[in-house]
Amino acid sequence: MKILVPVKRVVDYNVKIRVKPDGSGVDTANVKMSMNPFDEIAVEEAVRLKEKGVASEVVAVSAGVAACQETLRTALALGADRAILVNTEVELQPLAVAKLLAALVAKESPQLVIMGKQAIDDDANQTGQMLAALLNWPQATFASKVEVDTGAQTVTVTREIDGGLETLKMALPAVITTDLRLNEPRFASLPNIMKAKKKPLDTVTPEALGVDVTPRIRTLKVEEPPKRQGGVKVADVDELIAKLKNEAKVI
Amino acid sequence: MGHSVLVVAEHNDETLVSSTAHAIAAAKQLGEVTVLVAGTHCGGAAQAAAQCDGVAKVLQADAPELAGHTAEAVTDAVLAAAQGFRAIVFPSTAFGKNVAPRVAAKLDCAQISDVIRIVDEKTFVRPIYAGNALATVTCDDQLLVLTVRTTAFDAVAQRDEAAPIESLPVTFTGPKVELVSRELTQSERPELTAARVVVTGGRGLGSAEQFHALLEPLADKLNAAIGASRAAVDAGYAPNDWQVGQTGKIVAPELYIAIGVSGAIQHLAGMKDSKVIVAINKDPDAPIFQVADYGLVADLFQAVPELTQKL
Ligand SMILES: Cc1cc2nc3c(=O)[nH]c(=O)nc-3n(C[C@H](O)[C@H](O)[C@H](O)COP(=O)(O)OP(=O)(O)OC[C@H]3O[C@@H](n4cnc5c(N)ncnc54)[C@H](O)[C@@H]3O)c2cc1C
Ligand SMILES: Nc1ncnc2c1ncn2[C@@H]1O[C@H](COP(=O)(O)O)[C@@H](O)[C@H]1O
Repeated sequence: MKILVPVKRVVDYNVKIRVKPDGSGVDTANVKMSMNPFDEIAVEEAVRLKEKGVASEVVAVSAGVAACQETLRTALALGADRAILVNTEVELQPLAVAKLLAALVAKESPQLVIMGKQAIDDDANQTGQMLAALLNWPQATFASKVEVDTGAQTVTVTREIDGGLETLKMALPAVITTDLRLNEPRFASLPNIMKAKKKPLDTVTPEALGVDVTPRIRTLKVEEPPKRQGGVKVADVDELIAKLKNEAKVI
Repeated sequence: MGHSVLVVAEHNDETLVSSTAHAIAAAKQLGEVTVLVAGTHCGGAAQAAAQCDGVAKVLQADAPELAGHTAEAVTDAVLAAAQGFRAIVFPSTAFGKNVAPRVAAKLDCAQISDVIRIVDEKTFVRPIYAGNALATVTCDDQLLVLTVRTTAFDAVAQRDEAAPIESLPVTFTGPKVELVSRELTQSERPELTAARVVVTGGRGLGSAEQFHALLEPLADKLNAAIGASRAAVDAGYAPNDWQVGQTGKIVAPELYIAIGVSGAIQHLAGMKDSKVIVAINKDPDAPIFQVADYGLVADLFQAVPELTQKL
C-alpha cells in the first residue's frame, strides 16, 4: 500500500509574524520557514504505518516555489521514500492544491492520503476535504487515531470533534487529516538527513498535470488586528475580586 | 444585499446546536436565508430552525443515510439543495469545517474560512496566522462557500411564528462511511463557546487531579465552562475538545480566567477577543500578562483556592 503525504512549507510556528506596512501581506522574507506542524504529524503517521509493515511506500508532495524542496528533504529525512515537488510561483489556494493533489493521486494511485488538518499560515482547514471530494473518496478529518486493516481494505479513524470523539470506519482509498494528538513526530537524525539527500525528488508543473491554479480569491489588504491593551497587575486575590466586581463589573 | 443564502444547520436531529443561530445571523447580512437541516428524524431541529429570526424557509433532508451527519452524506444533501443560492454558509465548528470544503470542491467554488466580518456580499475579513493578521478578501465567483466564526456574530433569537418547512429529497452518491461510535463528554457546565465565563487551565496545574480539584470549584462558583491549553490537553489533564486556541475552540466570553497558562500565540488566538481577561501565573514575564486586563503574579496553588473561597 502506498501513502501520499502532502506537506506545506510555512512560516515557522515560533516566528512572530509582521504585517507589511503597505498592507499587501505578511513579511516572509528572511523569516524561518518549516514544515507545517500538522504535516509533520502526517509524515510521522505514514512512516509508522510503513514501519509496521502496513504501507510499502511513503511519497511526500509539496506544491509551491522551489524552496519547498527543503520541506520535502525534511520529509525524506523523517522517513518518506521519495518526494514530488509541484513547482509554481503562483500563490496557491486550497482548491488549487487539492486539484494538483488529485492529479497526482491519479498518477500514483495511493491507497491513503494523510495530510494536515490545517496550514498554520492561511488557517484554511480545507485542502484535505476538497481532495476527498474531488476523488469522491471518504474522508476522516481531525484524526487522533488511525487503524488500517489491510485484509479488509478499511481504515478506522477516531476524530476530535466538538464535544468529544467519534470513530468512523471507511473503505480504502481514503483521505485522512491529522490533529495534534495523533502522534508525536520524531526528530530527523543526522544520518537520516544525509541519507535524505540521496532519495529521489521529482519535479512537475501544474501545466504538466493539466491543472489551472489561478487564484479565485483576491486579498485586498492585510492588517494587524486591533491591539489589546495590557492591563494592570493586582497585588492579591482581594484586589482582583474588587476589580472584577467594581471596575469590570463581570462578577 | 439581496442574495439567497443557504445556511447548513448543525444540529442533533432534535434541536439546533447554538452555532447555527450565529451562522444564520451572519447569513442574514448577505440576503434571504434558507436553512438546510439534514439528518434522520430531524423534525425537531427543522422546527427550531423555522423559528429562528430571519429564516425564510427550511429544507428538511431526512434519510437514514444521514444518521451519522457524515461529511459524505451531508454533502449530498447540500448539493441537492444548492441550486440558486449565491452563498452557502456553515458555522466554523468541527462540523462545519468538516463538510464545507467537501461541498465547495464538489461545486468547484472557493471557500472562505472563518469569516469574522462581512464587508459586502463578496468581501470578507478573516484572521490568518493564528489571528496575528486580518485579511480582507474578495471573490467574484457566482457561488461562495463560507464558514463563519460563531463568536463574531450574535446569535439570532427564536420567534413564535415559523417559516415553512419543505422536505428535500436527496440522492446519495458519495462514499459510505460507518459511524462506529461517538463519545461525547458529559458535562453539566455551559458549553465552552457559549459560556459567559471561561476558566482555563494550563500546564501549570501540574496533573489531571490538580486540574480538576482546583478548577472545578472555581468554575462552579462562576457557572463557568472549563477550557485548557494544548499542553494541558496533551498531558491528559483535560479532554481534547476543551482546547482553546488556533487549532482548538475560539471563545470570547465576558470573563476569561487563564490559570497556569503561559500565553503562546496559538493560545491567544483562541481567547484574545474575550471581554475581560484575568491571568494567574507565577512568572511575571509570562506573555499572557500582555493581554490580561488583570494579572495576578502568584502561585496558583494558593491563589486559586483563595479566589474560589472568597467569591
Ligand atoms: C501547530 C500548533 C498548534 C497549536 N495550537 C494550540 C492551541 O490551539 N491552543 C493552545 O493552547 N496551544 C496550542 N499550541 C501550543 C502552544 O504553542 C503552547 O505550547 C501551549 O499553549 C502551552 O501551554 P501552557 O501555557 O499550558 O504551557 P506552558 O507554556 O508550559 O506554560 C505553563 C505556565 O504555567 C505557569 N506556572 C507553572 N506553575 C505554576 C504555579 N504553581 N503557579 C502559577 N503559575 C504556574 C508557568 O509560569 C507557565 O507560564 C499549538 C502549537 C502548535 C505547534
Ligand atoms: N502547497 C501545499 N503543498 C502541499 N500540501 C499542502 C499545500 N497546501 C496545503 N497542503 C496540505 O493541506 C493541509 C491543509 O491546508 P489548508 O487547507 O491550507 O489549511 C496542509 O496541512 C497540507 O497537508
